[in-house]
Amino acid sequence: MIQQLLGIPPQALFGQLLLGLINGAFYAMLSLGLAVIFGLLNIINFAHGALYMMGAFVAWFLLQYAGIGYWWALLLSPLAVGLLGMLIERTMLRRLYQLDHLYGLLLTFGLALIIEGLFRNQFGSSGQPYAIPPQLMGGYNLGFMFLPTYRGWVVVASLAVCLATWFVIERTKLGAYLRAATENPTLVQAFGINVPRMITLTYGFGVALAALAGVLAAPIYQVNPTMGSSLIIVVFAVVVIGGMGSIMGSIVTGFGLGVIEGLTKVFYPEASNTVIFVLMAIVLLIRPAGLFGRA
Amino acid sequence: MRIKDLLTGVAASVLLAGTAQAEMTGGKVRIGVLNDQSGLYADLGGQGSVMAARMAIEDFGGSLDGTPIEVVSADHQNKPDIGSNIARQWYDVDGVDMVIDVPNSAVALAVNEVTREKNKVFINSGAATSDLTGPKCSPNTVHWTYDTWALANGTGKAVVKNGGDTWFFITADYAFGHALEKDTTAVIEANGGKVLGSVRHPLSTSDFSSFLLQAQASGAKVIGLANAGGDTTNSIKQAAEFGITQSGQQLAALLLFLSDVHALGLPVAQGLTFTESFYWDLNDQTRAFAKRFGERNGGRMPTMVQAGVYAGTLHYLKALKALGSDGDGKAVVAKMKEIPTDDPLFGKGTIRVDGRKIHDMYLFEVKKPEESKGPWDYYTLKATIPAAEAFRPLDKGGCPLVKS
Repeated sequence: MIQQLLGIPPQALFGQLLLGLINGAFYAMLSLGLAVIFGLLNIINFAHGALYMMGAFVAWFLLQYAGIGYWWALLLSPLAVGLLGMLIERTMLRRLYQLDHLYGLLLTFGLALIIEGLFRNQFGSSGQPYAIPPQLMGGYNLGFMFLPTYRGWVVVASLAVCLATWFVIERTKLGAYLRAATENPTLVQAFGINVPRMITLTYGFGVALAALAGVLAAPIYQVNPTMGSSLIIVVFAVVVIGGMGSIMGSIVTGFGLGVIEGLTKVFYPEASNTVIFVLMAIVLLIRPAGLFGRA
Repeated sequence: MRIKDLLTGVAASVLLAGTAQAEMTGGKVRIGVLNDQSGLYADLGGQGSVMAARMAIEDFGGSLDGTPIEVVSADHQNKPDIGSNIARQWYDVDGVDMVIDVPNSAVALAVNEVTREKNKVFINSGAATSDLTGPKCSPNTVHWTYDTWALANGTGKAVVKNGGDTWFFITADYAFGHALEKDTTAVIEANGGKVLGSVRHPLSTSDFSSFLLQAQASGAKVIGLANAGGDTTNSIKQAAEFGITQSGQQLAALLLFLSDVHALGLPVAQGLTFTESFYWDLNDQTRAFAKRFGERNGGRMPTMVQAGVYAGTLHYLKALKALGSDGDGKAVVAKMKEIPTDDPLFGKGTIRVDGRKIHDMYLFEVKKPEESKGPWDYYTLKATIPAAEAFRPLDKGGCPLVKS
């Protein structure tokens, strides 16, 4: 009885739960960025996957051409990609705020295709290797599984970043301005706060989160031009399930869905890349605003 | 235009027997390179295959006794419906006479049927499923470079003989993975080994850790990777991360391309043993080709799939020259089977009645970083599997063409 749980030994199950949590860390960080951007800019940022990929590539560039390693890349890559994001916001997205959601979606989707195409053309589709930093090599034997140190680090780092973001937006004065600007930009502007600049910085921050996730992902997956597009659809499903624009919702849903996907990989692996969309359909039927969304 | 094509086709087949006047449909030979140009298989074929076809045409002299030879190409996005629609449009509307490459077995099986229906020619280099020369064999299809049976026979046998007698498969969940798992299982069992289990993952998965953990829990000595391209590189990279090989289990990459080894880098890929039919550094002729290819391809060396596109195109053009027409696909393939193959990349060989191209296969091992003398110096040749043993015996495939 105790040795077997649904035909799987509990030890194996723990391992799979942990792995699910690790994958969930990426979903959480990416969907968090999307939620922040959607919450404040009302833009459905389809370029998020491409910017995540760029984050990984910038880390690779830094190592390849400047000899700058992983730890600096964790800082520099989000900065660089965040700046690019702000440029995109200033020059392109800004023109679309008065229009329907669809225009922002189309623009960012087009941008994603262009960015991805350029990288694929330059670097091919099979990707570039990026080694795990020496400090995080190896792993721990947890008894029920071998946990690579790096994966452990990813969960910890991602949780810290997610919670810090939640804290800033929900519990600080700056966050209060942000939330107020979402509700009524004109009024907030009237109080002397530079709303357009705040919006630019917010987009830059959301994008930097994607790039940070990209750097964290680089040593696990190949640094690959298509790494973003294979993830972005799932991440959108996470955002929809969590509730568009909800910060905590996207964090909790990101980790939760990672775990559910991980379990699917044990019980019915063939369905592992569809299970999230089945869940999304169910959630949309029962709670159209998402699990944590305001109806 | 279509009626004219049809008439020329009919005329060509009527005149086929004697008057060997160069009679090409539409006044030109048009070759369509159909493959994955944007996804996980783009580096092993992709634009490199298009380039290889162009090089074959150049080496053939640029034209067929004055008839121009053209290349068109398209991206099938690894979707069988898109692939067969493109092939159909090429054959019906665009005057394409032959389709080549088509990695992804699911797409290749679809194109195989369209080509048979339209009586054109399909030379497959990129796809692996041995069904193309087995139950699904066609008088319009040639399977050039490799197949799942040859991979299983090469790698599977070598690993089992070295003591790796219990296996667990991580298999791509579509036609190719299934065929490779099936063929390898047969080889393992025939050599006294045992398969303990398998797990099937969707095409283009990024995280393999869950599957690797299941493989580890199975206690099998060998984890067989019945997948390809980006799926294989991610599996290998993450197996290293999870300490799979350090804990005594062995990885067997059943299908590994040069582009995959390049993407992994030697520190991760070293020591892997696998089967291929071509390596750029085999002999003077392959090196000369690779040098020319690399000059046009940003220094990237050709994979066996790209080599197969070159050799297949060359042989196709030879058959057209001998036949004097390209209208009747069956007749062209029959001619291709009749004349022996001879090209700088695969050497001398033949094409069997079931469409299987026969040549040597090679067992390679990936070099250690310190053994590699320069860029792209990745493989050590471990063994040559002679042509006679490299492919499935003619009577074992269940190809209906063999009986007649």
